[in-house]
Amino acid sequence: MIPAIKFENVCYEKDELSILNNINGVFNKGKITTLVGPSGAGKTTLLKLCNGLYSATSGEIYIQDNPIHSYEPTTLRRKVGIVLQSAPIIRGTVYKNLALPFTLQNKKLPENEAIKFLNDVGLNESFLHRQAEDLSGGQRQKVSIARTLINQPEVLLLDEITSALDPTSVNEIEQLILKINQKYDVTIIWITHNIEQAKRVGDYTWVMMEGQLIESGETNILWTNTNKLIQNFVSGVTEA
Amino acid sequence: MSYTTLSLTLIFVLIPLVLSKSLKLDLEKDTIIATVRSIIQLLIVGYILKFVFETESIIYILLMITLMIVAATLNARKKGKAIKGITWKIALTLIVVEVVTQGILIGLHIIPATAQYIIPISGMLIGNSMVLSILFLNRFTAEVESSRDQIELVLSLGGTPKQAIHTQLTNAIKASMIPTIESQKTIGLVQLPGMMSGQIIGGADPVQAVQFQILIIFGLLTTAALSSIIVGFLSYPTLFNERMQIIKNV
Repeated sequence: MIPAIKFENVCYEKDELSILNNINGVFNKGKITTLVGPSGAGKTTLLKLCNGLYSATSGEIYIQDNPIHSYEPTTLRRKVGIVLQSAPIIRGTVYKNLALPFTLQNKKLPENEAIKFLNDVGLNESFLHRQAEDLSGGQRQKVSIARTLINQPEVLLLDEITSALDPTSVNEIEQLILKINQKYDVTIIWITHNIEQAKRVGDYTWVMMEGQLIESGETNILWTNTNKLIQNFVSGVTEA
Repeated sequence: MSYTTLSLTLIFVLIPLVLSKSLKLDLEKDTIIATVRSIIQLLIVGYILKFVFETESIIYILLMITLMIVAATLNARKKGKAIKGITWKIALTLIVVEVVTQGILIGLHIIPATAQYIIPISGMLIGNSMVLSILFLNRFTAEVESSRDQIELVLSLGGTPKQAIHTQLTNAIKASMIPTIESQKTIGLVQLPGMMSGQIIGGADPVQAVQFQILIIFGLLTTAALSSIIVGFLSYPTLFNERMQIIKNV
């Protein structure tokens, strides 16, 4: 397996508080890795370390074998795209939102290109000139995914993108991500609270608790693991 | 006006004191402190100005302007404590405002280069610049706090800090300039400006008083634009580190 991202003894502290503690592991190229764990486990922090929104306090992160700091921040963030949990939308049309990554590079996104990306996320052409603020939660999230894809990232980071959606939208987004993974051969790291979702979409899974990576491996094998912490987490979440 | 006559104006202080006491507003202490401070400060300034006007020494003029800039900086910086180096940023802004406005006024012979003109006009423009800086810093820090998601979104898509903060920066610049522009729209209709009123009461020709007031309001427009834009563009880079990450706890 070729590593897309590698963590080597990575720690992250904020205000002298340890958020991530000695993380070691690899995200394999072209695969979907789900990140599971309770709130406060450090999952979002880990994701933001991957595209340079945060920097590790110690240790090293490698993006395709190169230290993360060898990349210009803007280049890194186009290469490793993130879809944020809150799916922030900028005021204006869906086109304006989709064109944002191009606008930031002083380029113009052709409308037919924008439509292509809209279609990729299951939205038709009629959405292009609609006001983004008028969209439903699921539609916003799809626009948000399409907007990140405009940069043609090699790694796609997804931060609980279905947590606020209804079951139909959750299913649509899951199918969409699986399709994107296959079509663009993009590496995906997907934070989810939902263990069932992690099982449905993940090739690999990382289980995190209190800033530590307590287990990682192939998703199917992981859930048969006898590790007491994992079993507790699985049963805790299932009970919830 | 004699000091005995002036002392009768203390009735205007008594009215709010009585109201505060009877309505339990708890503003008596602050009102008394403000009254005492304004009497002492203004009397001292009055005597200092008299001395400076009589000597007409450039050193004393510069000293007075420096004093104004230092006092205005120390007052305005309280609102931007979270911004690194805010003291020198505000001081630099006030210096630029002073140099540009006085440069135009004196350079084009609009006013004579004497203490009588330079000091009061500097006071008004530096004072306005201080208020503008405070308004800007208040709004800017609030905008950054409430728009973290938006800022992070632009950064995450490969935007630079300048691109990420652009909306918040321009919103804060606009918001801080609007009061100056709006108040000028109704000037003379709703209120007669203090300086103009003072000149008229002092016996000056009303038309000449208006001419000086026009000079001031045009100066205030430049001051408003320069202050918020300079403080803004000096401040925003300190919200990010060298890896283009937004620094926490703005």
